[in-house]
Amino acid sequence: MSASEQPQFSEARKAEIASLVSRYPGARSALLPVLHMAQEDFGYLSMDVQKLVAETLGVRLMAVREVVTFYTMFREQPCGKYLMEVCTNASCMLNGANELVAHMCDRLGIRVGETTPDGMFTVTEVECAGACGGAPVVQVNNVYHEKATPESMDALIEKARAEGGAA
Amino acid sequence: MTIPSDPKQVKAICFANIHVPDMRKLEVARAHGAYEFLPTVLNEFDSSRIIDEVKTAGIRGRGGAGFPTGLKWSFVPRSTGKPTYLMCNADEGEPGTFKDRDIMRFDPHLLIEGMIMAGFALDVHDAYIYIRGEFLHEANILNEAIAEAYAANLLGENILGTGFSMHLTVHRGAGAYICGEETALIESVEGKPGRPRFKPPFPAVEGFYRCPTVVNNVETLSTIPAILKHGGDWHAQIGQPNNTGMKIFSVSGQVNKPGNYEVPLGTPLKTLIEDYCGGLQHGSVPKAIIPGGSSSPWLMAEHYEIPLTFDELAKAGSMLGSGAIIVMDETADVVAVARRLAHFYAHESCGQCTPCREGTGWLERIMMRVEAGQGRPDDIQVLSDAATHMAGRTICALADGAAAPILSLLKHFPEEVRARLVESAA
Ligand SMILES: Cc1cc2nc3c(=O)[nH]c(=O)nc-3n(C[C@H](O)[C@H](O)[C@H](O)COP(=O)(O)O)c2cc1C
Ligand code: SF4
Ligand code: FES
Repeated sequence: MSASEQPQFSEARKAEIASLVSRYPGARSALLPVLHMAQEDFGYLSMDVQKLVAETLGVRLMAVREVVTFYTMFREQPCGKYLMEVCTNASCMLNGANELVAHMCDRLGIRVGETTPDGMFTVTEVECAGACGGAPVVQVNNVYHEKATPESMDALIEKARAEGGAA
Repeated sequence: MTIPSDPKQVKAICFANIHVPDMRKLEVARAHGAYEFLPTVLNEFDSSRIIDEVKTAGIRGRGGAGFPTGLKWSFVPRSTGKPTYLMCNADEGEPGTFKDRDIMRFDPHLLIEGMIMAGFALDVHDAYIYIRGEFLHEANILNEAIAEAYAANLLGENILGTGFSMHLTVHRGAGAYICGEETALIESVEGKPGRPRFKPPFPAVEGFYRCPTVVNNVETLSTIPAILKHGGDWHAQIGQPNNTGMKIFSVSGQVNKPGNYEVPLGTPLKTLIEDYCGGLQHGSVPKAIIPGGSSSPWLMAEHYEIPLTFDELAKAGSMLGSGAIIVMDETADVVAVARRLAHFYAHESCGQCTPCREGTGWLERIMMRVEAGQGRPDDIQVLSDAATHMAGRTICALADGAAAPILSLLKHFPEEVRARLVESAA
């Protein structure tokens, strides 16, 4: 997408959004679901994408901005092709999550919150992922990896590199 | 597995069929009794009978506050001319809690059936499941199950020809713990940041778009089919007086077999940990236990045999909360755990109450230097004052939750904190 080109939803998405809106008493209720869709379609929520969402739902841009900045899953910046979110909350911490993050960062040569220069991997720390029985938990692009170990994460990184290519 | 009609024989309610392969498919669920009793409820029960059964059952909310479900339902005003909404709280964000996820991914039809019954009792036509954004897999499973239920006329218009209509929509959150608080959840489904509202009015009276709205936890709603099928009296005989029924405990931290275990309320903590969870990773006595999610005050070894009920935990100065037990064994760094939880609450405060916004920030900053062995001589006093002053002075209970780990640490482990102050480092 070039800088001048405005993002657009596909026809299929527009139909999906229309049917979603009909399920609520007010169109604004569809804001979170539509932002999830937009993030899926465009990778992250640039200002242009936020404007598109505001127009699509007929809400003020300010209302969209407020929501995007409040909720941590919404991203205003691109991230790596593989977003690795390590839970470091209590149960995961008690089962080695801090050592695990340190290992992953070391391995990838980045700090928490950073993306590898090839755009492949981003490592972040997140709050309790709601899977504490499988601590430590790492979500990779929203797929849960429970009882993660340095070895299992190394293997995952290797596999991603083999399949990957730069984003 | 059908749930026994003798209450003494009951081994599980929400998890009765959790291990059945493909239970999430309608066909399999039906072969195991799902929706079997639904036509009877829709044809032969009315609203007041259902609410009475739920009251008799004595079930208290499984989401954290432990409020009696039947009583909550009875607060919904009828004939206001406004629609009534039902919201299932599947935000599951309280650190330590991971039970609702298993119900949704393994037995979604149980929750759907419970919601149809609750919706029928409350004359609801639009119901929603608010599921935390990270549970994408679980949201997909729910959506597939809901589609199957629509196709079988278990949802939608004129359900099973009874004249009752109800629509059910899965609504994904986007990573904000505070949206588990029921009024923040409602704000979130209105497309806004999740900032809790002042109560009263309570949502049952004025909630979603200012209409009566019932918010119930996944586990609470999933218990309704068994209660209506077997009767409120049956349910009331399971567990303990005023603390009836089975409860799923999510046990994590330093135990050998962490996981979800459904046991009767009143089961001793020690039994749960030794007999179900394979005991502690190190040593034989826990150093500290968080019994009801990260917001609950810590228990010490002296409470190891406490019966797990809402009332017993309250008596011990803590709470049953969501039934999320985090175990720390003798190797745990309790200062580090408290610091990590302080970070969590500072990150998750919605910021609209000054004592919470400022207080959580203070607690985190001080705990960071204490953990690093750089604590200042008066830090213990400052932590204690800050935590004491934020609790109970805010719109929602997050501030109390933030204070609990700090006050627990200071009360039970003052020497570990003192050892990390600069003057005593020498
Ligand atoms: C900060 C905060 C977070 C909460 N998070 C949840 C949650 O994730 N899931 C939940 O069911 N209840 C949560 N609750 C409790 C809800 O406000 C509400 O009491 C509950 O959903 C009611 O359902 P129940 O009566 O079936 O338990 C939370 C409360 C607070 C104050
Ligand atoms: S107590 Fe904290 S989280 Fe709750 S409403 Fe106030 S600022 Fe928000
Ligand atoms: S503490 Fe890591 S998943 Fe809950």
